[in-house]
Amino acid sequence: MNIVPMLEAQLGFLPDPVVTTLIIVLKILCIVIPIMGCVAYLTFAERKIIGYIQVRIGPNRVGPRGWLQPIADALKLLTKEVVIPSGANRFLFLLAPILALGPALAAWAVVPFGSEMVLADINAGLLYILALTSLGVYGIIVAGWASNSKYAFLGAMRSAAQIVSYEIAMGFALVGVLVAAGSLNLGEIVEAQRGGLSIFSWFWLPLLPLFVIYFISGVAETNRAPFDVSEGESEIVAGFHVEYAGMAFALFFLAEYANMILISGLSAVLFLGGWLSPLPFLSGIPVVGLLFLDGIHWFVFKTLIFLFFFLWFRATFPRYRYDQIMRLGWKVFLPITIVWIVVVSAMVVWQVPPWFDGA
Amino acid sequence: MSTVTSYLKSLTLWELVKGLRLTGGYLFDRKVTVQYPEEKTPQSPRFRGLHALRRYPNGEERCIACKLCEAVCPALAITIESEPRDDGTRRTTRYDIDLSKCIFCGFCEESCPVDSIVETRHFEYHGEKRGDLLMTKAKLLANGDRFEAQIAADRAAESRYR
Amino acid sequence: MFEQIVFYCFAGMLIFAGSMVITVRNPVHAALFLVLAFFSSAGLWLLLEAEFLAIALVLVYVGAVMVLFLFVVMMLDINLAALREGFARYFPVAALVAIVMMVAVGTVVGRANFGLDKVAAPTPRPSDYGNTTELGRALYGEYIWPFEIAAVVLLVAIIAAIALTLRTTRQTKAPKPERQVLVRREDRVRLVKVDAERQS
Repeated sequence: MNIVPMLEAQLGFLPDPVVTTLIIVLKILCIVIPIMGCVAYLTFAERKIIGYIQVRIGPNRVGPRGWLQPIADALKLLTKEVVIPSGANRFLFLLAPILALGPALAAWAVVPFGSEMVLADINAGLLYILALTSLGVYGIIVAGWASNSKYAFLGAMRSAAQIVSYEIAMGFALVGVLVAAGSLNLGEIVEAQRGGLSIFSWFWLPLLPLFVIYFISGVAETNRAPFDVSEGESEIVAGFHVEYAGMAFALFFLAEYANMILISGLSAVLFLGGWLSPLPFLSGIPVVGLLFLDGIHWFVFKTLIFLFFFLWFRATFPRYRYDQIMRLGWKVFLPITIVWIVVVSAMVVWQVPPWFDGA
Repeated sequence: MSTVTSYLKSLTLWELVKGLRLTGGYLFDRKVTVQYPEEKTPQSPRFRGLHALRRYPNGEERCIACKLCEAVCPALAITIESEPRDDGTRRTTRYDIDLSKCIFCGFCEESCPVDSIVETRHFEYHGEKRGDLLMTKAKLLANGDRFEAQIAADRAAESRYR
Repeated sequence: MFEQIVFYCFAGMLIFAGSMVITVRNPVHAALFLVLAFFSSAGLWLLLEAEFLAIALVLVYVGAVMVLFLFVVMMLDINLAALREGFARYFPVAALVAIVMMVAVGTVVGRANFGLDKVAAPTPRPSDYGNTTELGRALYGEYIWPFEIAAVVLLVAIIAAIALTLRTTRQTKAPKPERQVLVRREDRVRLVKVDAERQS
């Protein structure tokens, strides 16, 4: 990022703290605006991919092949009225969507897009991620309670219990990662995955059970199918956001998809080596070789793979029953993660090659 | 042994992977969507759409107010009133079909002894006001005049089976 | 200068949230103000460069404990009028306890023991210093025994709580998912070949 010093030089007439703040704000915008665009087109991709899996075409009327559909949807939601139910708690009702969206965006601060491309390179990055993903549940329960509606409340209760349960499995999966990497800093975790075997030296292989459990817990954390009991259209109408309309509803929508992108990005960083190239030995090829160098495009590519899995899951699996969700979280995932943490610790202590031999 | 395999299957998510493979295959399947206003699915000559009252070729209306259709209608959507006409024949003075009640079962068409009330292939109609979907005798006769060519062709095609 | 402004912001927010927790009428609002109080104190800890503790506070208390608190508080229909009934009768005892507490807290935190001059100001560390490792060393090295004993005590408490609440009565008709997931297709489905029509 050599743009930053250039900008600093350009803004030299301003006092230093102002320049720093301005540059941080600019960086935040550079992260948030693409994410918002991704969210918009993720909804489009979801409708298209699920349509294709269901042997349909999906939206194709707005713009060429439907490419303007998300923009039309956004405009529609923007111009709609925000209805506040008469029995609702006005302040909390309007606060809830912000509480849902805030953590989903704030967590991106520590996600490394490339070797130096990270907003806040803090040492406790993994903990920060864990703390912020656990805050997302507040939006949902506050929304459910403030709506003063039984469906919303039931959805909120289900979702609160589910998110708290799966966070434990998720946390343990992350403990495995930090034991393997020896650091809480996401950039260092990626660097720890660099090795001679390229794709096989990434953490997905030695931590395979944790990888699978992390991603499934991530699906459960974002309340996506097959774990979408908090929305459960067929049981409780739409769950926690039944009473929401217009832009307030759109914020919940944004939060859900931003969380999906976040979980996918984190899975890519923690288990698939983030920005590392899977085929570094091909970088010698002229012209095309540049693509095989490490870089942000690999991070994006890996994130997209996980996002595709999110959509594929939704098109494939029926909704889990609530007691089975709880059983899966507590009685299956938790023991497996604990056992595998012990295994990983043993591998690290005895420096099992080819991953932990200190190379 | 079977418990071991079942545990192995559930730990390797075997059945979930099988499900994913199935849906993944359909991702690349040929799509069957019909782009409706531009493309249309083929219709049977027995298609049951908007109702119509037919006339004989000399312009005389077919309906003789026997009220069989009114009696057979399971949704009670048909209302008929009749009086003798000046020439002594019995004709309807009122023949209403409430399309918002109608379930398009086709019983009226089946029961009609003179092939008067029929259901056409036309289904792309709408109502904007309260009364628009209440088909009066005049509207039904107008429908009959409008679609007579197709109605007659459909009857002819189906005559072998009636 | 900047640091002081931030400190006073967080401190003011903490005091405001803390007093709202005990004065606000709606228990759900009280719980949410407690969340705000946790956030403000996490901010204060961040100012002290204790980022691990600050994040752990948010993670454990805000992310898990308060969610369960809210969960319970939302389910209960607390009648505040009934709770306030014996206020006058208990007031003298409560006042006495409060005064004793105030004195105790005052002597510990008071000027004699707790002033700015008594505690050395923390030396600012370089920005790449992480106290996670230091905490780990302290917990698993110097304080290993207290740490392990606390862990065992907590484990005992968990098991005791579960043992007390987990009463499986014979009346429960709740399905057992762990048995249900073991059901295989062969146990439930029997495919029978039946001729479509009787051969005449």
